[in-house]
Amino acid sequence: MKLKNEQEQKVKAGRYGKNFGGQYVPETLMTELEKVNKVFNELKDDAAFKAELHELLNNYANRPSLLYYAKNMTEDLGGAKIYLKREDLNHTGAHKINNVIGQVLLAKHLGKKRLICETGAGQHGVATATIATLMGMECEVFMGEEDTKRQRLNVYRMNLLGAKVKAVTTGSRVLKDAVNAALQDWASRSEDTFYVMGSAVGPAPFPEMVKHFQSVISKESKKQLQEQAGRLPDMVVACVGGGSNAIGSFAAYIQDPTVKLVGVEAAGKGVQTDKTAATIERGTVGIFHGMKSMFMQNEDGQINPVYSISAGLDYPGVGPEHAALAECNRAQYVGITDDEAVAAFDYIAKEEGIVAAIESCHAVAYVQKIAPTMAKDQIIICTLSGRGDKDVASIAKYKGVQIDE
Amino acid sequence: MSNLAQIFKNQKVFIPFIVADDPDFETTVKNITALAKGGADIVELGIPFSDPVADGAVIQQADLRAFEAGVTTQTVFEIVAAARKETDVPLVFLTYLNIVFKYGYARFLKKCQQLGVSGLVIPDLPYENRDEIVPLAAKYDVDIIPLITPTSGQRIQKIAKAASGFIYVVSSVGITGERDSFFAGLSNLVAEIKEYTDVPTAIGFGIHTAQQAAEMAKIADGVIIGSAIVDIVAKEKTNAPQALEKYTQEICTALRTKVEQ
Repeated sequence: MKLKNEQEQKVKAGRYGKNFGGQYVPETLMTELEKVNKVFNELKDDAAFKAELHELLNNYANRPSLLYYAKNMTEDLGGAKIYLKREDLNHTGAHKINNVIGQVLLAKHLGKKRLICETGAGQHGVATATIATLMGMECEVFMGEEDTKRQRLNVYRMNLLGAKVKAVTTGSRVLKDAVNAALQDWASRSEDTFYVMGSAVGPAPFPEMVKHFQSVISKESKKQLQEQAGRLPDMVVACVGGGSNAIGSFAAYIQDPTVKLVGVEAAGKGVQTDKTAATIERGTVGIFHGMKSMFMQNEDGQINPVYSISAGLDYPGVGPEHAALAECNRAQYVGITDDEAVAAFDYIAKEEGIVAAIESCHAVAYVQKIAPTMAKDQIIICTLSGRGDKDVASIAKYKGVQIDE
Repeated sequence: MSNLAQIFKNQKVFIPFIVADDPDFETTVKNITALAKGGADIVELGIPFSDPVADGAVIQQADLRAFEAGVTTQTVFEIVAAARKETDVPLVFLTYLNIVFKYGYARFLKKCQQLGVSGLVIPDLPYENRDEIVPLAAKYDVDIIPLITPTSGQRIQKIAKAASGFIYVVSSVGITGERDSFFAGLSNLVAEIKEYTDVPTAIGFGIHTAQQAAEMAKIADGVIIGSAIVDIVAKEKTNAPQALEKYTQEICTALRTKVEQ
């Protein structure tokens, strides 16, 4: 099978599909990346490491997360059965903690004392700050200044957890700029610092490592759906910024050709406008943030500012494996606008009593569109990557409602 | 292979760095000419990138000024073409891989060859991916200048052995910007490189005074100064050419007299 060969190829070289992925970083970081790669490959299948990881996932992060049959949504939409994979119920409120626990355990094995990370919506920053505190490590979170304003609640949470939040004032002051700043910091002091990459992006081995730790989402959902419905889903839907919850939601199904995989990108004001973050649909192949992938850029290769109401999806690139899955048509990527996502935020709250993250609501909005077109005996799993408490204030503002924070 | 390595044969080499189109087209052309007149052996011209992750604030600001001036990859080639009417000083570009990739590796390299640009410094192209461009670059007589840093360790041998043109030795960990102290093991680092190759070495990152330049020239075959020069351009604006010529003379005097003692 063609796909299988491609999948096998990439494991060797940190490459995906034809040529996505790779390591495009300054020489200063290469030795450190080699160390990270080595420790990851040594430990990922090590029994003691796995036991330590699962102990924390189950007894600290509240895994396994529920696979919840959304009866009200299913009945209302009148098509496929909808199951929600409830990553919003994890400790710290999002899927991010799955990956953070894994990477921080690796950092400990490397003898690191300090953790740094980038964050967009703040969920990855909160997760990293949390695990840093748990493990007694120092933590500095890089966050675009614009995002610190959109997500003030999460900034406060990170401070509460003892982390330093550095507001990044270069570029467009969002997630992309936070990654730049974190990479620069790492280049300056990699001897004691581990960069906990939050999304399935960056130089190898980060995309593979993030997928490995996030694949717990689909390993669980596959087993849970087997127990609840006795079969595979027909479709798996997840939102995509860099693509960590999506790759984790897809991972266990990539080799099941009957399972349709759909990544939902943030279309902002519309896929065809210049206020969008729909990278796979609108981007072109480029090399940035350590990887060859799809990016929003101009004809000279300058990275364009992108836009989404959601700070977590406001990123001009996408993980290299998503670029490869799109290239070989194994997964489909669609855009959902701000308006559609905000409507979904309301919808799922009222139908299911779940306040979901605005990022996740992009996936929910797509489910609202696609479920009615499917047969009643078909099944969709939609990942709710995070909870929406952090978004309540900005959604109210978007709708013109004044509330005190 | 270009003639870059030849330049290091007779004397310690000075390589100043400026950003193309900072603050504008004409000043950049004059700056290149002034650096050459002041005694620069090679001029390193930066092609701005929206997200220069290896660069500190001074060069990031210069990139922003160039974007303000409307710089494109095409503008940079036009600047070089204009400068070539005034000077035949050897030139290298510093830019990030995406700029070259989007222009098309072969098309970009051909343009370099036509304009007499002898080398490319690409901070985000590590040894592992050099095959993407190095064989093609050789065809167009352009050297891909590798970087070796204090963290390179066991990588030094393979990087040095594959090098051509010159080797950019990074003085300290982190990003570009003026510094008062450098990696303590620089002499050993350069000595190790010399065990593996005859390709000359130039030290850069953080050097800003004539005295530092002279110290570095005792260790390596050449000295690269970036942020300090870009800072002069920022302060002097369109008067930068005179200031750059004077600064270059000072550095060259320091490099060459101290060494001859």
